[in-house]
Amino acid sequence: MALKLTESEFEIERDPTKCISCRICIKQCANGVHEYNIDKDTIISDSKKCIGCHRCESMCPTGALKISERKAQFKTNANWSANHIRNIYKQADTGGVVLTGMGSDKSYPVYWDHILFNASQVTNPSIDPLREPMEIKTFIGRKDLKIEFEDDGEVGNIKLKTEVFPQLELSTPIIFSAMSYGSISYNACKCLAAAASEFGTYFNTGEGGLHKDLYQYADNAIVQVASGRFGVDVDYLNMGAAIEIKIGQGAKPGIGGHLPGGKVTGDISNTRMIPQGTDAISPAPHHDIYSIEDLAQLIHAIKEATEWQKPVGVKVAAVHNIAPVASGIARAGADFITIDGFRGGTGAAPLVIRDNVGIPIELAIASVDERLRDEGIRQDVSILAAGSIRSSADVIKAIALGADAVCIGTAALIALGCHLCQKCYTGKCNWGIATQDPYLTGRLNPETGTRRLLNLLRAWSLELKEMLGGAGINAIESLRGNREHLRGINLNDRELLILGIKHAGET
Amino acid sequence: MKELIDSKGLGYRELNGHIRKILGLSSSDSGNRYAGMEILLKNVCGQRYIGCGLKGDHKISIEGVPGNDLAAFMDGPIIEVFENGQDGIGNTMNSGKVIIHGDTGDIVGYSMRGGEIYIEGSAGFRCGIHMKAYKKKTPVIIIGGSAGDYLGEYMAGGIIILLSLRRKGVDKVFGTGTNRAGYHIGSGMHGGTIYIRGKVEEYKLGRDVIIDEPKGSDIDILYEYIGNYCNFFSADASSIKVEDFIKLIPFSHRPYKKLYTY
Repeated sequence: MALKLTESEFEIERDPTKCISCRICIKQCANGVHEYNIDKDTIISDSKKCIGCHRCESMCPTGALKISERKAQFKTNANWSANHIRNIYKQADTGGVVLTGMGSDKSYPVYWDHILFNASQVTNPSIDPLREPMEIKTFIGRKDLKIEFEDDGEVGNIKLKTEVFPQLELSTPIIFSAMSYGSISYNACKCLAAAASEFGTYFNTGEGGLHKDLYQYADNAIVQVASGRFGVDVDYLNMGAAIEIKIGQGAKPGIGGHLPGGKVTGDISNTRMIPQGTDAISPAPHHDIYSIEDLAQLIHAIKEATEWQKPVGVKVAAVHNIAPVASGIARAGADFITIDGFRGGTGAAPLVIRDNVGIPIELAIASVDERLRDEGIRQDVSILAAGSIRSSADVIKAIALGADAVCIGTAALIALGCHLCQKCYTGKCNWGIATQDPYLTGRLNPETGTRRLLNLLRAWSLELKEMLGGAGINAIESLRGNREHLRGINLNDRELLILGIKHAGET
Repeated sequence: MKELIDSKGLGYRELNGHIRKILGLSSSDSGNRYAGMEILLKNVCGQRYIGCGLKGDHKISIEGVPGNDLAAFMDGPIIEVFENGQDGIGNTMNSGKVIIHGDTGDIVGYSMRGGEIYIEGSAGFRCGIHMKAYKKKTPVIIIGGSAGDYLGEYMAGGIIILLSLRRKGVDKVFGTGTNRAGYHIGSGMHGGTIYIRGKVEEYKLGRDVIIDEPKGSDIDILYEYIGNYCNFFSADASSIKVEDFIKLIPFSHRPYKKLYTY
């Protein structure tokens, strides 16, 4: 039928005066957009196959290509967007659930962009971080209410008496989010692991297990236990620096996931410890967790299996009742809670879930932090905030709202070359990130990628220090939950109330 | 060498600490690990996580009822319980053996990758869900009596055998069928095999399974594990005929292949 997939979303312009028919664009495109016509000695491009990843454009040596969004595919309609129409066509063709990748691109309010950070003027001095010590080291884990020391009277001989809970030590309050081997390539995993290890922070294995060649970075790994329990055995639990029980993900709260059998090959099958070719299905709930008590049971089973040596955390999606959920998790004995906002990324999620379920991370942090403080249990648990942290400004605002540290997934992938085309689920990532095709994965050089991630962490850390110094603060600890340093702009009373901040202009 | 621990009044951390100490597994005494130890736990009363994450070729016998998550993440040892068990036995177990002289609670063998669980009596709901097989590892659960709903849900590999036996004076006769399985057997199943003694009504099956007849290697598997069961629990093997079994296998290893549109 003529309706069958429809109009192309992108336009490909090739400047014939610049194109030298070198065919690099053909090699670079995994979607088969470009084709060489031998008779005419020209390259023809089929824009219908284009997914807008801009790989060919970036790689074209003469700058002959330009990829742009195709306007006016449908008659302009403020109610029926082109996406609505296009998705209905697709679903009428196939009867399937519309799949998508990365975080939501819908125009919901981004509260980060309505919050302003403070600085010192006259009455308290700002600090120059380039000359003065500035502490952004962060510890993740349960904190004692009181710490006791043993002092035998001799100078310099004071010992810690309190047995402190296991902690993760972060050189900067930024962790790489959970991304599994399978959803991203081995090279991408290696970049994240190596960069975390070198910078003194952590990466998260996701639910796909830890590849044996990455065991060398295990001291900087947070190993995840999800409902499918892929790659989970007692050695895996003991290998990581911490264990995270994955309950939910911001991009797809409440639903499970599955890695299609077609992708469960060779090393992925070994790392997940499942046979090749079978669907790797993660059920929506952990079927051994139907309550906070059951969650406590799994937390304690993992603590027993690791002899109480490691922090055990729980990752949940930010949903409407996130505050009581977080309180329950804290009371269940978790050492940290990872909260993933609804704009968080994913390798694959149903579009309808990604774009319509959950709440923004900004509001979730504020309400969780407040609830835990009200209940007097904030020190029992660290809060990791995730779900679209786009810059160091988002990091500092998240911490001032009450997070202990943040997790970055999409930002890290962008550093590795991701162009946010949102087609991760096709397995044809031209940037070598969300693919297992050896021809494509080879495009991501682990050393270059690691260096780029290190640069990103360094840059954001410097910016954090600059902002802290400007506000006259010399340790990130002093900023945590210090909402006096934030002001809202263009927010209504209720939003300000939930965020627990004043409006700009109020003193 | 056989060691004895009186578990009366001990919390699970203390109890597991004692076990680790005997096996030389405490982080404090590394390098002095023992092999092939036998431990008898007396007066166990609901302590959770016994044998959790335990490795090696040891044997632990339990007098009393152990608590939830018995043998969770276990990798190697044999645990024999001379009473009923509770929920979560063999959760994500990697290898080893659990023998229960009684009934068990829910989610036995959740996500188990290897090893064997023998239950003399009946199992609760969601037994053997998301069991997997991997390379030479094939997890096996054998249930003597009945099993609750969702037996083998999401099953991805391994073997479940339901003997549907009725013990004299213990089990009441109920229902009309000869099998003793609950509803939604193998729903979401995409690997592995379930053997059930007795004819299974269609309405009890999850929509992802099909009924097959055991033959060839199936018969060998049944003989082997029924033999083990009868050995452990002194049951009469001649009363369990392999001809009475049906075999359930999944429709597809990739049930969600056609769910999505790109």
